[in-house]
Amino acid sequence: MSIFTSGVRAELPRKFRDYVILGFLILCLLFFLMPFYVMIVNGLKEATSVSVSTMWNLPTQLSGGGFVEAFQRLGPSMGNSLLIAIPATIISACWGSVNGYLFAKWKFRGSNILFALLVFGMFIPYQSILIPLIQFLEMIRLYGTIPGLVAVHVIYGLPIVSLIFRNYFTNIPDEMVEAARIDGAGLVRIFTNVMLPLSLPAFVVVCIFQFTNIWNDFLFGVTILTNPQAQPVTVALNNLQGSYSVDWNVVMAGAITAALPTALVYIFLGRFFIRGLLAGSVKG
Amino acid sequence: MKSSTARSPDTKAPDQVAENRLPWTREQPTRKRRFSDRILSPLILSPAMTLIVIFVYVFIAITIWVSLSNWGTLKVDMSIRQPLGVTYQQMFGMTRWHANLRNVFIFTALFLSFSLAFGLLLALLLDRKLIGYTIFRNVFLFPYALSFIVTGVAWRWIFNPEKGVNVLFDTFGINKLIEAFGGPPLHPGWITDTSVLFSLNTWLGTIFPPLKSLSIQLGIPMALIPVVIAAGWQLTGFAMSMYIAGLATVPHELREAARIDGASELQVYTKVVIPQLNPVTVSTAIILGHVSLKIFDLIFAMSGGAGPGFVTDVPGIFVFDYTFKATRYNLGAAASVIMLLLVCMIIVPYLWTNLRKR
Repeated sequence: MSIFTSGVRAELPRKFRDYVILGFLILCLLFFLMPFYVMIVNGLKEATSVSVSTMWNLPTQLSGGGFVEAFQRLGPSMGNSLLIAIPATIISACWGSVNGYLFAKWKFRGSNILFALLVFGMFIPYQSILIPLIQFLEMIRLYGTIPGLVAVHVIYGLPIVSLIFRNYFTNIPDEMVEAARIDGAGLVRIFTNVMLPLSLPAFVVVCIFQFTNIWNDFLFGVTILTNPQAQPVTVALNNLQGSYSVDWNVVMAGAITAALPTALVYIFLGRFFIRGLLAGSVKG
Repeated sequence: MKSSTARSPDTKAPDQVAENRLPWTREQPTRKRRFSDRILSPLILSPAMTLIVIFVYVFIAITIWVSLSNWGTLKVDMSIRQPLGVTYQQMFGMTRWHANLRNVFIFTALFLSFSLAFGLLLALLLDRKLIGYTIFRNVFLFPYALSFIVTGVAWRWIFNPEKGVNVLFDTFGINKLIEAFGGPPLHPGWITDTSVLFSLNTWLGTIFPPLKSLSIQLGIPMALIPVVIAAGWQLTGFAMSMYIAGLATVPHELREAARIDGASELQVYTKVVIPQLNPVTVSTAIILGHVSLKIFDLIFAMSGGAGPGFVTDVPGIFVFDYTFKATRYNLGAAASVIMLLLVCMIIVPYLWTNLRKR
């Protein structure tokens, strides 16, 4: 279930060529880990010993480094990010499951066109809706508030969530729906009694994917939550690196801190994450 | 990936199948329920669809209106600016916008080649399923789970001009090597470097003289290279995962047959496996291409915005600066409409072909 296991049976290298492949993959591994090395090593240094000239060196003494200050500075915004990401993920997953079910199993005239209109919404650059969106949020007095940002993430998350659920439900045989109909179940009861019990894997995929997307969002956060008290962690981290009074070890420790929730989700539920990502490529 | 496209075209609506197979269930009450269910499906979908129509389509229409309006200050003014579309005309006359378009196309081209080639290579090497397969695969995809702001912060440091990656050029003797060949040592300013590599201006000028007076250098801005590396580092794992999923659908018999026919191991891949992956390449290129046309966070974190001489400016940054900093709403909206058009050009055909197949 975690990233350390998979169904693949790996082999030991046998030929010379296998050693070359393995060597190259290890080089790539170092390249992929390099930014994490920089973040961790410099995050662990003290303010007095952090400088560009020694950025590749290991810390000389072991201590909390910049993490204490990073936690203090980013703590409140981490809380905000959770307050935004968790409700938005749950609401969009529940709503999207209903939409996905209907688009998969209760097609009607024009439902495919509606579905295409819906899915298009996940590709648009959000810059092209920001001005009316902000005016609208001001009008309903939700501009600059966390509930406002939750609503925005729910609405713009509907396309991808409905798409993943639709692809999932399409693969459930129609015979199951028929059997339930013969037993007298209607649209609603088929969903609650037949489909929902089967859809736990899809819910896990969607929740992980949405949580990651919302946690990592920057554009909506920086334009809608202008109030520093309500900022999500991505915005707070960017401000942290822009302020001259903050040392680099704190910024690096802050980057690690801000990445921690999604990193943990990836490490422990990575398999579902990959599934969501592949489903996001429309075909599913 | 295959399962949904492999669904037979004769898949009938559930009620049709039920009618064909079980004629005795056609009783009056069933029919009544079926009718109500039919109404129920669009009815339950209607709140979500209404929101999408408003928040996507109506809002896009309003943005287009703003881009044509007089609203160029903090004071809202939705009256149409005369002559029609003059904001677009102004924008296309701006040096900064020229730099924008150059940057976004160069960035997209370099970033796509980097992540597709690297992703394919990693997928093919992992296909050998050597020891450590799971670790390699998951580490390569890991950056994808992180925010562009987080990774931008780290890459900004790695590409700082004083030390950072430049130290590695010295320690690994790359600079000694270059100096031995008579070149100047490599110490690029990276993200703050204003030089443009492979500038085409003089060459274009000889072909078509008016191009000589172009306001920007056509070429590869040095400052974009760190951004390409950072974005490639972050999204190569996505390309790799798409290719791994694609490779799983290439039947083993196909490769075996090629081997029996005497194809070398390299030929099996270049002649048999990679051509089978073409649809995956198209999907991946389209998804990554639309990400790169929209790129904003990563550059915002790495260079703080447009950069000196607009070397790291892209439409995403341009829209943000003019809408939220300069409050020139019509200009910001015009740039965002162009962004949307660019994205539509690749996404609409993609959605059209993908959704029609079902």
